[in-house]
Amino acid sequence: MTTAITVRNLSKQYRIGQMHRLVTFREALVDLVKRPFRRQDRARGTIWALKDVSFEVGDGEVVGIIGRNGAGKSTLLKLLSKITYPTSGSIKVRGRIASLLEVGTGFHSELTGRENIYLNGSIMGMRKKEIDTQLDAIIAFAGVEKFVDTPIKRYSSGMHLRLGFAVAAHLAPDILLVDEVLAVGDVEFQKKCLKAMDDLRSGGRTVIFVSHNMAAVENHCPRAIWIDNGLMREDGDAKEVIRSYLSTFAGAQQTGFDLRQIEYRRGSGEIRYTGIEFLGPDDQPQRLIRSGDSFTVRLHYYSEERIVSPHFGLEILTDLGTKITSMNTWSNGTDIPVVHPGPGHIDLHIDFLNLMPGRYYISLWLKTLGSSVYDVLDHCAMFDVETSDFYRSGRGLDSHFGIVFLPCRWIPRVTPGVKSTEEGQRRPS
Amino acid sequence: MALQSDWLQEIWRYRELLYFLVWRDVKVRYKQTVLGAAWAIIQPFCTMIVFTLFFQRLAQIPSDGIPYPIFSYSALLPWTYFSTAVISAGNSLVSSSNIITKVYFPRATIPASSVISGLVDFGVASVVLLVMMAYYRIQPGLHLLLWPLLIVPLVMLALGVGMVFAALNVKYRDIRYALPFLVQLWLFITPIIYPSSMVPAKYRFLLAVNPLSGIIEAFRGALLPGREIDWLLLAISVCSSSIILTLSVLYFRRTERTFADII
Repeated sequence: MTTAITVRNLSKQYRIGQMHRLVTFREALVDLVKRPFRRQDRARGTIWALKDVSFEVGDGEVVGIIGRNGAGKSTLLKLLSKITYPTSGSIKVRGRIASLLEVGTGFHSELTGRENIYLNGSIMGMRKKEIDTQLDAIIAFAGVEKFVDTPIKRYSSGMHLRLGFAVAAHLAPDILLVDEVLAVGDVEFQKKCLKAMDDLRSGGRTVIFVSHNMAAVENHCPRAIWIDNGLMREDGDAKEVIRSYLSTFAGAQQTGFDLRQIEYRRGSGEIRYTGIEFLGPDDQPQRLIRSGDSFTVRLHYYSEERIVSPHFGLEILTDLGTKITSMNTWSNGTDIPVVHPGPGHIDLHIDFLNLMPGRYYISLWLKTLGSSVYDVLDHCAMFDVETSDFYRSGRGLDSHFGIVFLPCRWIPRVTPGVKSTEEGQRRPS
Repeated sequence: MALQSDWLQEIWRYRELLYFLVWRDVKVRYKQTVLGAAWAIIQPFCTMIVFTLFFQRLAQIPSDGIPYPIFSYSALLPWTYFSTAVISAGNSLVSSSNIITKVYFPRATIPASSVISGLVDFGVASVVLLVMMAYYRIQPGLHLLLWPLLIVPLVMLALGVGMVFAALNVKYRDIRYALPFLVQLWLFITPIIYPSSMVPAKYRFLLAVNPLSGIIEAFRGALLPGREIDWLLLAISVCSSSIILTLSVLYFRRTERTFADII
């Protein structure tokens, strides 16, 4: 197998604040004058977005890139697509690279759909001849036949997106970079994206897939690379890498987690989660959680100020990152008019845990209905669900049965000539 | 030098992108404007009228025996092209930040497309010049053949200056405000309003410092019969334009790697 991408000791350094700074020439001059008198405030220095990353990707390989927000995944993609340059190290890429995230880049709203196909296609590196031959296919794929000579400022956002994607899908790149594309667009569009990805893969193209959706990574990528804090933590079989990645989110089975020290959190922080506990019927720590149990999740928080109408949310995810359920005070209609400064807690009582045995993760959030996001913690706690003899058959439930179980009964119907035996499973009485 | 040719090869590979960017600029400029192509004429033409009123009638600036309207318009044409090209190229990278941060392509195609698309306006406005020449019964000589050739150093200079400012603009946002001002000053140090013959002989060498003056005077000379072309001055201008373009390319190449990080 020949290599499509060779990355050697790749590092990328950013100056702190470089991403968002706006320097004017005037400021640069003022800075020059002030320099001798200044204290060490500019010495905050630099950060390594990527440090010493090396790997190879073979022709036709499909590789997932996983890692937390800000771990350096996007920087890696930007480096691979030559948008930005490495501070040190080298990248060798064979063939044309295209990125599925950048659909519709360079669209001009005054130009018609057809004109934009040419413009966008050429920005993405297509030759005019290629666009000529693909034009009809692109228009059909986007489903904009009727509007192809209308300026795209009259397009709906969906049409806009479809047109952009149609161009990208007909780019026929040798290497495709997909960054979280599954997170945007409607379900139909996501399906198209995945379909296009699979088509490319079956056509022997190399695909680099960045996602937070572990299930999608596992389904599409035989191999995964885990980037953590700019370093490459693991590279190998996707299942293995995902498992070790997820296992860092929470420790061993515990009845409670201290959430105060968690660094990977988003939100403005006026109010923050400080802890989570699993409690049994008499407020005692629940050491063992079993399929079908009822128990209480106690969420501790600390508020810096008076918070009006906050909403608490808790999500349960599988060990592959698939969201099983999301519970929150808003949809339950539990209004909390005000939270006063200081510590406090809220209880979530789960009446009936219909999860199959296995390991599950919890994500928490704290928001208001408006735009304020106070605290978001991804995969901040975990719990193991143990098997239980729910149907009292003595046979138990098994993690191989899936994720959830639906309380059910089997009712064999009597066929002529066979003696009736009522042997259905019963619900516990 | 090997790197230099790599860089040029990359641009050559993306020549169709350059074509489409120029095509976009032209198309967008003429779409949704009431007067369309007329804008290309209105600007230099009105400036010519104002200049004629103030500089000829009031200030009595000489024009070497040529009707002042045609004297000034023949220089205003390349000047209008140059100033618009430099300003739009200077702002081009910043206004394309959305594509620069998302897709790779040779960054130089962006200021280059601004400079090239201005030529369409230049061509349209040139037609008016022909009409004016017919009106003043000026019969062009063989020198007229030089007119299209002079576009080459003019474009080189506009590209050279435009690319430097485009790159600086990415880093220092006040370039956007400084640029129109600098361009305005440039108008006065170039023999557009006045003939270079008006400059006292002992200071005339200073004209050579401004590469634009030789080019603009040559445009005028190419058009008007019996007018001497200062070949030495033109040669100096062409050389300094090439040097400016080369230095500009070197600076651009050095900084373009960081465009996506700081834009």
